[in-house]
Amino acid sequence: MYSKGFKPLAVATVLSILAAFALVFFYAPNDADQGFIQKIFYVHVPMAIVALFGFVAGGIMAIKHLRTGEASWDMRSYVAIHLSIILGTAVLVTGAIWAKASWGHWWVWDEPVLVSFLIVFLLYCVYYPLRYSIEDPERQARYSSVFAIAAGAFVPINFTAVRLAESVTHPRVLSQTGGSLPGDMRLTFLISLLAMTLLFVTLWKLELTSKHASMQLKRLRRRLELRAEERGAATPARSPV
Amino acid sequence: MIRAAAAILRKDLTIEMRTKESVPAMTLFSVTVYVLFHFGLDRDTLDGELASGVLWVTLLLATVIGVSRLFATEREQGGIDALLLAPVDRTALFVAKAAALFLYLVLLEVVAVPVFGLLLLGPDLLAALPELLVILVLADIGLAAVGALVAALAVETRARELVVPLLLLPLVVPLLIGAASASEPLLREGAEPEDLGRFLALLAGYDLVFLLIALAVFDFLLDD
Amino acid sequence: MPALPLEEAGKYVAGAYVVFLTLILVYVAIMGAKISRIEREVTELLELEEREAR
Repeated sequence: MYSKGFKPLAVATVLSILAAFALVFFYAPNDADQGFIQKIFYVHVPMAIVALFGFVAGGIMAIKHLRTGEASWDMRSYVAIHLSIILGTAVLVTGAIWAKASWGHWWVWDEPVLVSFLIVFLLYCVYYPLRYSIEDPERQARYSSVFAIAAGAFVPINFTAVRLAESVTHPRVLSQTGGSLPGDMRLTFLISLLAMTLLFVTLWKLELTSKHASMQLKRLRRRLELRAEERGAATPARSPV
Repeated sequence: MIRAAAAILRKDLTIEMRTKESVPAMTLFSVTVYVLFHFGLDRDTLDGELASGVLWVTLLLATVIGVSRLFATEREQGGIDALLLAPVDRTALFVAKAAALFLYLVLLEVVAVPVFGLLLLGPDLLAALPELLVILVLADIGLAAVGALVAALAVETRARELVVPLLLLPLVVPLLIGAASASEPLLREGAEPEDLGRFLALLAGYDLVFLLIALAVFDFLLDD
Repeated sequence: MPALPLEEAGKYVAGAYVVFLTLILVYVAIMGAKISRIEREVTELLELEEREAR
């Protein structure tokens, strides 16, 4: 069952999100150069990290699927990628908002992490047309898994390549997201990251549970209909007697 | 395995020689794109970043044509079934297809790169050629590996002509970064020797990773 | 670039957090739709089964 341990997980998610919000707005100090704007960091960066890990995790689950041939691993991989794409959309939107607020443009090409993220996002968007244009369910799962593995491996290569390209044209003093954070900001960031991770796992389980439930229902319906047909076919044969 | 791969490769090259479907189309397409860039950019000669960008984007777009035709004969004549009925190692099939694509790309570049030198490039192409050849070969290996993988992924989909470019182009962005950044100083007016090591390492790393991935996952594609 | 004044910055920060909250709300709405479909299916199947039993 996919919903095992769902309740404590959901409670932990809600608590950690509340804690993260409280820390972001009441505990963490305003950033020395960016001021209040820097608060976007606590929602944008955890979402980006969780989405990227979701993509890679989807690849690992896909490896499991190809190894074992169990359809459930393909389902897990699909849901992880699906959720990461949804988070990815929010990452791009919040990234654009942050760029507008701190550099005055909605998009900046010299932020390697954001640019890499866009490329990865564009690649993963092709997962849907690829998956849904293969009809045979077994083959659909297999091809989707191959895609998930190749794309998962592509993520780190792409980040290296984009960073390499940017470091030539724009030597960066200190990256926006990395570097050393002061203690109170780091704590806030880590709690936000934890909250986002828990949220991801919760939604992943929720989606899997719902998908599994509809699949079971479909099987049940098929079985009931089959039985009704058998009965329908059997009654006229018995009636003359 | 190598003998099987060589046999498939020979069959593919024979068909290509007879039908002339991939390489001429890719070449013609590249030259057309040069003309488009000439008018689109409104420039008679290009150098540096612009030259490198136009050359590589054109070559990558031409690669899309080659990749979407890579399994064309098998598909049209039910050849995949015939091929896989015979006990052919999937790895041999991948090696053959990647080698065919590599050869198509080399043939394309033999024509398309000099034509670029004639039509659009400002600085002398010959001066840049030795280093450019290394970059082209490294890029072709990567393109062949990724291209064969994408072609096999897309072959069973209904929306094939949609999936190939959408899948291939984001996947080759790191390759484009490496190849275009490495070519840029070579195609600059008054080019001086520059350290290309980093980008060549990126290209070589990309080639290696995608060759390994493709070899690892190819077994799971193209059955039935 | 100098830090934006609070009232300017507030809009952007609010925007970013609203994006996040909207995401969750839309997700809840979609899940709600899925659950109601499952409920309908279960009801239908139950009716089918009851008709069968008679």
